[in-house]
Amino acid sequence: MINTTIPYAIELRDISKRFGAVQANKDICLQVPKGSIHGIIGENGAGKSTLMSIIYGFYEADTGHIEVDGEIVNIRTSQDAIKAGIGMVHQHFMLVENFTVLENVMLGAEGGALLRKGVSKARTELKRLASQYSLDIDVDAIVEELPVGLQQRVEILKALYRGARILILDEPTGVLTPQEADHLFRILHSLKEKGVTVLLITHKLREILASTDNVSVMRQGEMVAHRETSKTNKEELAELMVGKKVRLTVNKEEAEPGKVVLSAKHLSQFDSQGVKRLKDVSLELRAGEILGIAGVSGNGQSELLNVLSGITVMSEGEIHFAGDVISATVPKTAAQVRDMGMAHVPEDRHKMGLVTGFEAYESAVLGYHNSPVYNGKFLMNRKVMLDECSTRMAAWDVRPPNPYLKTANFSGGNQQKIVIAREVEQNPDVLLIGQPTRGVDIGAIENIHEQIVSLRDAGKAILLVSVELDEIMALSDRILVMFDGAVVGELDAKDANERVLGLMMANSYSDDPRGEPA
Amino acid sequence: MNQAKVPVWVNIALIPLLNITLAFVISGLVIYAIGQNPIEAAGYMIYGAFGYSEGIGYTLYYATNFIFTGLAVCVAFKAGLFNIGGEGQAYIGGLGVGLVCLALDHTMPFIVIAPLAIIGAAVFGAAWAYVPAYLQARRGSHIVITTIMFNFIASSLMVYLMVNWLKGTQNMSLNSRTFEHSAWMPYLHTLLSPLGIDIGDSPVNLSFFWALLCCFGVWLLVWHTRWGYQLRTLGTNPTAAKYAGIDTAKVTIWVMMVSGALAGFVGLNEIMGVNHSLLLNFAAGYGFTGIAVALMGRNHPIGIFLAAILFGALYQGGAEVSFDMPQITPDIVVVVQGLVILFSGALEHMFKDRIEGFFIRRAAAAQEK
Repeated sequence: MINTTIPYAIELRDISKRFGAVQANKDICLQVPKGSIHGIIGENGAGKSTLMSIIYGFYEADTGHIEVDGEIVNIRTSQDAIKAGIGMVHQHFMLVENFTVLENVMLGAEGGALLRKGVSKARTELKRLASQYSLDIDVDAIVEELPVGLQQRVEILKALYRGARILILDEPTGVLTPQEADHLFRILHSLKEKGVTVLLITHKLREILASTDNVSVMRQGEMVAHRETSKTNKEELAELMVGKKVRLTVNKEEAEPGKVVLSAKHLSQFDSQGVKRLKDVSLELRAGEILGIAGVSGNGQSELLNVLSGITVMSEGEIHFAGDVISATVPKTAAQVRDMGMAHVPEDRHKMGLVTGFEAYESAVLGYHNSPVYNGKFLMNRKVMLDECSTRMAAWDVRPPNPYLKTANFSGGNQQKIVIAREVEQNPDVLLIGQPTRGVDIGAIENIHEQIVSLRDAGKAILLVSVELDEIMALSDRILVMFDGAVVGELDAKDANERVLGLMMANSYSDDPRGEPA
Repeated sequence: MNQAKVPVWVNIALIPLLNITLAFVISGLVIYAIGQNPIEAAGYMIYGAFGYSEGIGYTLYYATNFIFTGLAVCVAFKAGLFNIGGEGQAYIGGLGVGLVCLALDHTMPFIVIAPLAIIGAAVFGAAWAYVPAYLQARRGSHIVITTIMFNFIASSLMVYLMVNWLKGTQNMSLNSRTFEHSAWMPYLHTLLSPLGIDIGDSPVNLSFFWALLCCFGVWLLVWHTRWGYQLRTLGTNPTAAKYAGIDTAKVTIWVMMVSGALAGFVGLNEIMGVNHSLLLNFAAGYGFTGIAVALMGRNHPIGIFLAAILFGALYQGGAEVSFDMPQITPDIVVVVQGLVILFSGALEHMFKDRIEGFFIRRAAAAQEK
C-alpha cells in the first residue's frame, strides 16, 4: 500500500512477547512511513503499551526485530532507543515537579560534572527547538506550576532535545481538556511537517480519525488491521477493536425524576495539606434520574464521592439523606452511610473497590462483611457467601464464574461487574458510580450502561462521575460540570454537546466563547 | 482467560525447601571453613534434635516458644503491621503469669491457676502491645519504632520490679521465690509416665498443646471470622478498608493486642513450665526469632508450626553440636539461623520467579496441547 523503496521511519517485524502464560504481543508487524502520524488503537489490555515498551527498550521482545530507517537496531534499554532517535511521552509524565523546565529537559543529558556549560547549551538549544516546532514555553518556569498541557509540552521538548525523530505518545489526551487536546494535535501536525514521525497510542476513536494519517488496530495482542485514516470510519475501527458490531449509544427512555432523596449543601473539603479540594458544592439528587458529573480528572470529583459516601468527613457543609443530616460536626462513617441505603461503586476498583489479593467471593462482600446474612455467631458463613457469589456471577455474566478465583485474576471488566453487582444487589436508594467503565472492554461497557439505566428506571437515584464525555452524555439526564473543586455549570442532558461541556470543563465557557485554552 | 497457574505445592513446599537447603549448604561451607567436618556436624545436629526422646522433647520445648511468637508476628502482619515487640510482650506476658502464680500458688489448685495464668499472660502481653498500637492508630507514631522501644522499656521495667519487689528473700540471684507445685505446668514426661510411656526427661510441657490450640485459633480468627476479614482487608488494601467502612484505628489496636497476647504466652512455657519462678531475660531472642519463624512459615499457622519445629531443632541440635564438637561454638546456631532467614526471607525471590516461570510455561504448554 505504501511505496517500499523509501525506508520506513520505523518498522517492526514479527515482534512477540509473552509474560508467563499471557501472550501480550503476537507476531506484530508494523510499518510507519517517515513524517507521518500513525495511530495505534485498541482496547485496554490489547497489548499497545507492551508494544511501545518494547520499542522504547523497557522490555525485550522474545522474537522479532525492529528497524529504524531501514536498519536493524538492537534496543535493550531506553538509552538504546534514544540513540536510535526514538522519544517517548508517557501517559503519566516523568518530570521532576519542582525543577524548572530547563532542568527537566537537561535531566540525563547534563553534559559533564559541572552544570554551567550544559545549562547554557541547553538554553540555546531549547530556544531553537521551541521556535523550530513552535513550542513556546518559559524555560525557567517551575514544572509543577504549569498547566497539564504545558507539562506535556515539556515532555515533548525533552524527547526532541535528545534528538528524537520518532515520537511515541502513550494516551496523551487522558489528562487534557478537549481544547488542550486540540492544541496538542496542532503541535503534532507541525512536528510532522518538520519531518518528525509520530506514533500515537490511544483508545479514543475520535482522536485517531481527527489527527492521524494511518491507523493500526490491535486486539488481544495481535495487530488485526492497518488502514489509511481517510479510508476508514469510526464504526469500522470500533468493530475491528472489539471484533463485533457495537452500539455507541445507549437506548433509554425519558427520565421521570421523583422526589429529592439526597441533597448536599455547600460542601467543602480541605486535604491534609490544607488545600481546598472541594469548593462549596451543592446538589440535589432525585429518585429515578442519573445525575452526571463531568470534568477533567482531578477537579474535585473524587473528593465529592468520598465525602458523599462517608469515606472522608467534609470540612464544611451538610448532606441531607434518608431523614438524617450529616455534617462536619455530626459525621457518619462509610459503614453507617452504607446502612442508610447508599451504595458506592468507587472510581478506582483496584485501590478501593476490591481487595485484589482476596478470592472473588471475599471481595464480593466488601463493605457488607458485617451483615448478619454472611455471619454466624463467631464465624463467617462461607457457604452463603460462595452461593451468593456464584448466583451473582451467573446473573451478571462474570467470567470465569469461579468464586474461588483470586480477584486480581479477573479482567478489568469482570472485576467491575463484581463491584457493580455487589453494590446494586443491595438494592440501595442512592448509587454513587465513579468511572463505571474505566478500563472496561467495549462489549462490557454496553452491558454496564444498560444496567445503570435499568436501575434508574427502577426509581433509584444515581450519581455518575466520569471523565468520558461520551459516557456522561449517553447516560445522564442532568449534567453538572466540575472545575477546580467547584460546580461551574449545570445543564440538561438534551442541551449538552462536546463543545459546550469541553468549554465548561476548562472553565472558559462564559468568558471565552471561542474556547481557546488560557 | 488463559491464565496458567503454578501448582500450590511449588509455593508452599518446593520453594521453602530449596531455600532452606541452600541455607544449610552454605552453613556447611562455613563449618568447613573453620576446619570442621560439616557432615559430622549435621549428623550431631539431626541426632541431637530428633535422634532420642529427650532431644525431641527439647526441640518441642523450644518450638513452643517459637509458635507463640511466630503467631504473634503473623497476626499483626496479616493486618499490615510489623510487630517487632514480641520480645517485650513475651517478657511482660511472663510477668503476668508470674504474678498470678506468686499470688495463688499457696491457696489454689492447678486447675484454677492455669486458666488465670493464661489470662494473665494474655492481658499483660496485650497491654504491652496496646500502647504502641494506640500511638500508631491515633497518633501516627510508627509501630516498628515504638515496639522496639517498648522492648527496652520492658527490659528495664523487669529489672526494676525484680530488684525492688519480686526478688525472693531466700536467694542471691535475681529470681522470685520458686512456685509451689500447684503452679507448675505439668511436664509431658510426668503426664505420660503413669501410662507407661517413657519419653525421657525434657522440659516440654502442656504449653505445647496450648500452642497448637493457638495455631488453630489464629487460623479460625484470621480466615473465618468477620474480624479476620477486616484485618486482612486492612493488611492487603488499606484504602479498600476505608471504603468498606472498617474502623482502621480500632482494628489496628485490637490486632496488636491479640498479637501481644500471643507473644505473652511464651511466659506460660518459660515461667510456669520450666523455671517455676519469675526471673530476668527468660524471653531472650524468642521474640525476634518469631519474626523469622513467621517469615519462613509464610504467615500461615501450619507453616509457622513447621518453621517453629525447624528452629526448635536448630536450637536444640546446635547445642548438641557444640557439646560434641567443642571447636564449634553455640554461635554457629546463630549463623545457621541467620542464613535460613537470609534465604527464606530476604532472598525469597531469588528462585521464586524462575521456578514459577518454569511451571507456568509448562502448564501453558500443556494447555496448548
